[in-house]
Amino acid sequence: MSTAASIPERVERVVITGMGIWSCLGKDLAEVAESLRIGRSGIVFDPVRKEMGFRSALTGKVDMPDLKAELGRRQRVGMAEECYYAYAATAQAFRQAGIGEEELRAHEVGILYGNDSSALAVVEGVDALRRKKDTTLIGSGSIFQSMNSTVTMNLSTIFGLRGINYTVSGACASGSHAIGMGFLLIRQGLQRIVLCGGAQEVNPVAFCSFDGISAFSVREADPTRASRPFDRGRDGLVPSGGSAALVLESLSSALERGAPILAEVVGYGFSSNGKHISDPDLDGQVRALHMALKMADMGPADIGYINAHATSTPIGDLVEAQAIDTVFGATRPPVSSTKGMTGHECWMAGASEVVYSILMMQGGFLAPNLNFEEPDEASERLNVVRGPMQHRVDALLSNSFGFGGTNSTIIIKRYAS
Amino acid sequence: MSTVAQRERIEARTKEFLVAEFEVQEDLILPDADMKETLALDSLDYVDLVVVIQDNFGVKLTAEDFQRIGTFADFYEHIEQRIASA
Repeated sequence: MSTAASIPERVERVVITGMGIWSCLGKDLAEVAESLRIGRSGIVFDPVRKEMGFRSALTGKVDMPDLKAELGRRQRVGMAEECYYAYAATAQAFRQAGIGEEELRAHEVGILYGNDSSALAVVEGVDALRRKKDTTLIGSGSIFQSMNSTVTMNLSTIFGLRGINYTVSGACASGSHAIGMGFLLIRQGLQRIVLCGGAQEVNPVAFCSFDGISAFSVREADPTRASRPFDRGRDGLVPSGGSAALVLESLSSALERGAPILAEVVGYGFSSNGKHISDPDLDGQVRALHMALKMADMGPADIGYINAHATSTPIGDLVEAQAIDTVFGATRPPVSSTKGMTGHECWMAGASEVVYSILMMQGGFLAPNLNFEEPDEASERLNVVRGPMQHRVDALLSNSFGFGGTNSTIIIKRYAS
Repeated sequence: MSTVAQRERIEARTKEFLVAEFEVQEDLILPDADMKETLALDSLDYVDLVVVIQDNFGVKLTAEDFQRIGTFADFYEHIEQRIASA
């Protein structure tokens, strides 16, 4: 194993000054923190999926925000389902960071969101064409809803953002890479504030082909026990979604504005396996972990909690457990995958799990790895959090891995001046 | 259907979709009011207006048609004629 990358000199420290969340665990930070604290599952059985021909009808249950009072028709018409969630999360994050219209006018605030599909919008647009046989009768919203960049194009327009503006499509690591890229831009002094996040549509159209490769758990009789990361009896993931947003800001900007400093981003590790399209790879994951630690100037003993990617698939959790054991075998920090509660939030997961982890750090607790009852030969070597526990964390690590062998690791620590 | 009844139906349907889909205040949709000024639509909104008119009346309007339409009364008249000649 070797990490080719040399880490560039840091120009700015990067802190988080605002967060927002809209997920199956709740519609704001307080509600989600409570769900994490008590280990509440957001997974349900959706009969519509069965009628459509799904192998598994399990899903995270995420409500649509009603934005009619906040946004006009022209603003809403180009927004796909995931944009609604992303708007809600982003508005919360800016509010917490104290960033309003004045701040947005004064500075070039950027936006980077992880998103890798807008399937329902594509299907609805093409269905309209097939029905009407005239492209001019599809409507104006379809193109802006259908592109992977639907979130960043809509939100940059709505909030008047004038900095970096693009979408990161890195499969199930998209949200994590978005945070990583925002971190690097600020760290190198190229941006002052970047709104980073992840968004994921939850509709059945978005997930039918994923279900078609038998990736989902079929424990339909007991939805809240279906997602069981690291457990020997796991049989697949449960799809979910929503949106999470974080305001990343240079420390100097945050201090100048008197903004609340929630945590500091200190490391981003990335790698590509260069092997199988869907199988995980130990070497790729370990390289990402080492790179994040190197950038953070930390050793394994400095990490007090790992929020694992573990999605509840047999092979994915096995390889991640081996990767964590390879790097952290000597120190064995507590590990949990919040996907036991949320299911797999896919494109959003890398961002939402950083939000979940910071809520734990703020609240002095660790959320459980729900449904972890019997370890397998790899997870028995980990210190998996079985139930909610009081625990102080000063530095944490969040893993995200995706199809195509894309790996991302983010390290966050408690802010100290 | 009589001409009066047909006109009332067109007027009612138009108000309905303009209020529901374009969030226009109903009391501004008056026969003598200028349609373009009242709706204050941009070029993308016109794309959606064409769709909603087609959905409701089975008639597809072109940019040239809109240029000939001044007031809401003109619009109702245009739709009535197109339906009659269809």
